[in-house]
Amino acid sequence: MTASGQPSPVIDATGLIKTFGSVVGLDGTDFDLYPGEVLGVIGDNGAGKSTLIKCLSGAMVPDAGEIRIDGMPVHFRRIQDARAAGIETVYQSLAIVPALDIATNLYLGRELRRSGFLGRVLRMLDHKAMQRGAKAQLQQLGIGTIQSITQTVETLSGGQRQAVAVARAAAFGSKVIILDEPTAALGVRESAQVLRLIRDLRDRGLPVILISHNMPHVFEVADRIHIQRLGRRAAGITPASHTPSEAVAIMTGAVAVGGAA
Amino acid sequence: MSNIPAPPADPAELFLHRRTPLQRVHGILHAYPALSPTFVLVIAAMAFAYLNPRFYAPANLSLIAQQVAVVGALAVGQTIIIMTAGIDLSVGAITVLTAMVMAASAANYGVPGPASLAIGLVVGTLAGGVNGVLVTRLRLPPFIVTLGTLNVFLALTLLYSSGQAIQGPDIPAILLWTGQDIAVGSFRITTGVLLMLALYVVFTYLLRNTAWGRHVYAVGDDAEASRLAGIPVTRTLLSVYLVAGFIYALGAWILIGRVGAASPNAASDANLDTITAVVIGGTSLFGGRGIIIGSLLGALIVGVFRNGLALAGVDVLFQTLVVGVLVIVAVAIDQWIRRVRA
Repeated sequence: MTASGQPSPVIDATGLIKTFGSVVGLDGTDFDLYPGEVLGVIGDNGAGKSTLIKCLSGAMVPDAGEIRIDGMPVHFRRIQDARAAGIETVYQSLAIVPALDIATNLYLGRELRRSGFLGRVLRMLDHKAMQRGAKAQLQQLGIGTIQSITQTVETLSGGQRQAVAVARAAAFGSKVIILDEPTAALGVRESAQVLRLIRDLRDRGLPVILISHNMPHVFEVADRIHIQRLGRRAAGITPASHTPSEAVAIMTGAVAVGGAA
Repeated sequence: MSNIPAPPADPAELFLHRRTPLQRVHGILHAYPALSPTFVLVIAAMAFAYLNPRFYAPANLSLIAQQVAVVGALAVGQTIIIMTAGIDLSVGAITVLTAMVMAASAANYGVPGPASLAIGLVVGTLAGGVNGVLVTRLRLPPFIVTLGTLNVFLALTLLYSSGQAIQGPDIPAILLWTGQDIAVGSFRITTGVLLMLALYVVFTYLLRNTAWGRHVYAVGDDAEASRLAGIPVTRTLLSVYLVAGFIYALGAWILIGRVGAASPNAASDANLDTITAVVIGGTSLFGGRGIIIGSLLGALIVGVFRNGLALAGVDVLFQTLVVGVLVIVAVAIDQWIRRVRA
C-alpha cells in the first residue's frame, strides 16, 4: 500500500532538529507514516535514523520541529508520553530484563494489580492475569514454542527474546510499532520469523516502522522506504520503484533525489 | 512457517539440550536461590548438635535468635540495596546514629519516648535518603557514597551524643520494648526477634507481589532496559535507599532493646556482618538476583556457626576464620549458579 490514495498520516513530523553540542543529529528532517503500512527507515551510520526514532518514541526531545499524531501536534517529554499515545518501541537492546520471567517483562512498568482491597491497599499484583495475558499475546503472534511463561528471559534464544519484545509492543501499541534493528542479532531462521511477525502486525492493522541496515529484509517487508541522509529525509521510495542498489546510492549520496514519495 | 519446530533439529542443538545431573542441580539452584543456604543451615545445625547436644537446647536456640536479630533486621535494608546492584557501607553508621538520636533525645533533651522513637525513624529514613540522592542525582557509585556518609554519620553521632553512651535507666521504656521476653513454650523470644521476622514477611511480600518489588529487581539487573521499559528508575532507586534507612532505624531500635543501652561504639561490625549475611543468603552482588529470606538464612548461618563452634570449644579466632571461608564459598557458588542457563 502506498500513499497514493492520500489517507491522512498516522504520524507525521516536519522540520525536526536535534543537535548534540556541535554534532547535528537531525537537520530539519520530515517524516510520515500512513495507516496499515510497513515503513522501512534506512540510512548510513550517523544519518540520524536512531535520533529520529528516539524523537518519535519519546526517548529524546527534538530541539525544533513538530510531531503530529493524526494531525494533532504532540510533545513527548518521556517514553511514557509516547506510549500513552499508543506508540510502542522495540529497541535494539530489546529493553528486556534477563533475570525476570516472560510475563513480568511483558507487563514491566504497567503491571496489573488485583481488584479490591488486595490490589488497592496492599498493591498486590495479579500474577495469574499477567501470565494469562502474556500467554495469549505470544500465541496470537504464533510464538507457541516457549515452554513456560514463567521462565526467565535469559533462558530464551535470541529470536525468542525478540519475539517477547515484539509481543510486548504489540500488546500495548494501539497506534504504531517501531522496531529498531530487529534482525541485527538473529540468524536466518529467526530473522524470517521476526519478518513474519512484522507482516502479522501490519495485517492486524498496526502500522510498523522498521529501522534496519539489512536491505534484503527491508525490501522484503516494507511497503515504503524512508531514506535518511545527513540528518534529513533524502527520499521516500517503494520496493517497486527502486532497487536495493539504487536505495544504497541515495543513502550514500551517490545519487541525489529531490522531494519525497 | 507457523512455529519454530519444538524438538531441536540438528545434532548441535541436541547436544545443547542434553543435561547432565550436574546441570540439573545447576538449574534447580538457579530457580530456587534459597535452597543452598537452607541446605547449609540444616547441615550445620545437625553437625553442631552432634558435636554438642546442648546446641539444640531451647535456651541456646533462643540465644542464637536474639544474637541474630539486629544483623538480621539490618540485612533487610542491605539486601534491597544490593539487589539494585548497590552496596551500603553506612549501615552501621546510620544504625548507631539513629540509636543515639533516639536515646539521647529522650535522655538528654527530655523528648518523650514515643516521640524520640519517631524522631529516630525519621532521621534514619533521611540518612538513607542522603545516600539515595547522592547515588541517583550525582550518579556516584554507591560504594563511594556510603563510604563517605559512613564517616559523616559517625561524626554526627559523636557530635550529637558527645561520645557518651546512654545507660538503661535513662532510656524510656518504649525504646527498650524490643528487648522484652516472650515465652513460647520453653523458648524465649524477644519482641525484637519478632520485629525482625515481621520485616522479612513484609519485604518478601513487597518484593514478590508489588510492582515496586519487581522494579527493584529489574533496575538491579539492567537499569537501562528498565528505563526503556518505562520504569521510573531514579524514583525506584531513591525509594530503596529511603526504605533501607527506615529499616536501619528499626534495627537501631532492636539494638537498644538487645543491649539495654545506646553506645556510640555499637554496631561497628554491622557493615560487614550484613553484607556477609546477604552474600551467604545467595543474593548476587551484581544486582537483580536473590531473595530476601536468603539474608535471614545467611544471618542465621553465621549465628549458628559462631554459636556451634563456641559450644564445640573452638577458639573464637577460628569462628571468624570459618565465617570468612563461608563468604568466599557462597560467592563462588553464586558465580557458578549465575552461569547456568536453565
